[in-house]
Amino acid sequence: MDKVIICINCPVGCRMNVKLAEDGSFLSVSGNTCPRGARYAEQECTAPLRMVTAVIPVSGAAVPLSVKTSVPVPRESIGGIMKQLSLLSVRAPVSQGAVIVSNILGTGADIIATRNV
Amino acid sequence: MIDLHVGVLVIGAGPAGLAAAVAAHENGTDSILVLERENEPGGILRQCIHNGFGLHRFNEELTGPEYAQRDIDRARAAGIPIECNTTVLSVSAGRVVTCVSPEKGFRQISADAVILAMGCRERPRGALCTPGTRCAGIYSAGTAQRFVNMEGYMPGKRVVILGSGDIGLIMARRMTLQGAKVLACVEIMPYSSGLKRNIVQCLDDYGIPLLLGHTVTDIRGKERLTGVTVAEVDGSRNPIPGTEQDFECDTLLLSCGLIPENELTSGAGITLSPATSGAVVDERFETSVPGIFACGNVLHVHDLVDYVSEESAAAGLAASEYIRGKGKKELRWSVVDGPGVRGTVPQQISSGLQDDVRLMFRPSGVFKNAVAVAESSGKEIARKKAMIFTPGEMALLNIRKEALSGIPEGSITVRIEGEIQHG
Ligand SMILES: Cc1cc2nc3c(=O)[nH]c(=O)nc-3n(C[C@H](O)[C@H](O)[C@H](O)COP(=O)(O)OP(=O)(O)OC[C@H]3O[C@@H](n4cnc5c(N)ncnc54)[C@H](O)[C@@H]3O)c2cc1C
Ligand code: SF4
Repeated sequence: MDKVIICINCPVGCRMNVKLAEDGSFLSVSGNTCPRGARYAEQECTAPLRMVTAVIPVSGAAVPLSVKTSVPVPRESIGGIMKQLSLLSVRAPVSQGAVIVSNILGTGADIIATRNV
Repeated sequence: MIDLHVGVLVIGAGPAGLAAAVAAHENGTDSILVLERENEPGGILRQCIHNGFGLHRFNEELTGPEYAQRDIDRARAAGIPIECNTTVLSVSAGRVVTCVSPEKGFRQISADAVILAMGCRERPRGALCTPGTRCAGIYSAGTAQRFVNMEGYMPGKRVVILGSGDIGLIMARRMTLQGAKVLACVEIMPYSSGLKRNIVQCLDDYGIPLLLGHTVTDIRGKERLTGVTVAEVDGSRNPIPGTEQDFECDTLLLSCGLIPENELTSGAGITLSPATSGAVVDERFETSVPGIFACGNVLHVHDLVDYVSEESAAAGLAASEYIRGKGKKELRWSVVDGPGVRGTVPQQISSGLQDDVRLMFRPSGVFKNAVAVAESSGKEIARKKAMIFTPGEMALLNIRKEALSGIPEGSITVRIEGEIQHG
């Protein structure tokens, strides 16, 4: 199976052709100008990862708390993570770096506060 | 009547103002005051909750609030006072700053040096001449970002985005994750000025179509927006009849560029550049009025906050040198935009350079396998090759101090040569 993807690692934006086996495993890539493109192509076609950022309501503060995942998570887990975050609310004060949820949905990523409230 | 006198007065506590204040402090200036109209420092980064900031400066990917916090912590550690809820109303050429705050009322503060760091604002709808009725539901993307990320409100449920700048792309994802349906991102140019990464991770991930070479031709709705019409455009950006499609939506977000916020600057009689909409400055970021400096988005619109911090630290250092009487110099060269180049900063270079000069500018199109060249009196003084130059990314070109020795007074022209491309 062939797949065309655009490298996002720099503004050149190389168009790469990726060959995948029947079972979806990675075979080869062409069209990349540098090795960063090849690494990205393999990751993106087999197990795409994303950082998730969001805000959650805070009782006792006027601004919501911005949060992020401590590490990138599988792309297909984003919906579930957002759903779980929408059920949360925290109480002020919270400081930047505090863990709000650990190992969210078993992804291995923690939800971390990115500001002080 | 003057209520207070300080050494360096900084207007705005965004990343620019904070970096400038810290640099002035590190250079030995101890009388510094930062004025900020919001209730906390950090500037626009407070609402940019996504990650991707700080790769150049800190070698890690931070979110906006995390990046801002590092500078706030540095300023606090240096003991620099930041007065929030304080709006500056005017700046005079004699460096008297008039400001107002609920706590201290109306005040006039004089300063030996003033640093302008007020940031930029989004191009409003009026400046874009979008057609149709004046109904509710039309927001700039940054305003929507503020609502969602700082005030906890969702501006709408069915959304069309006009313009594919990064803020619009980021908001397409943000609104989708918060449960809205984003129908399309419409871009009049044949390419997007947004980062590839944002196109993939904010649009493609959620199946949001990017309509390049399209624009909004009609806006409908009496009280609240009910729909927009989108049509393809021809080479001269005129809508092509027969290509119209209607979208039913309650929200239109405009992501059509930023403009430096320069009311205070022009009020002080400072010369502005039509190309950048910011002040004309020399290589030390001093404006046409002695002792007044400008840096960050108020000077020219940046896409990377890392460069804002770097430039602003240089401005802070220069302001601190100025008040020690080390700022004497004569302007020697003016920098002019040549083919392929827009809005070069600094616009002037003085004699007695202590360091190399870094020119910053916007490519006017997409150039592949290109080279940027600076030339004066028929002599090449700097050259830089790049695989690509795009309008979405500020280009940098260093002129070595030695390259300027022996070059007579006059103009320096910057240009880009290469294959012109779209997309
Ligand atoms: C909506 C938006 C989204 C952005 N997203 C990104 C991004 O995703 N990635 C990225 O790298 N860059 C992004 N940028 C650009 C980046 O954030 C800026 O480069 C950076 O914040 C600019 O810093 P600054 O200090 O010049 O301006 P700002 O951060 O805007 O700070 C200016 C400060 O001055 C204050 N001020 C203004 N006028 C007055 C006055 N009269 N009196 C007192 N105070 C005043 C303001 O309240 C503000 O706090 C974005 C910019 C905008 C506008
Ligand atoms: S493959 Fe290399 S050159 Fe091409 S876009 Fe990716 S990082 Fe840039």
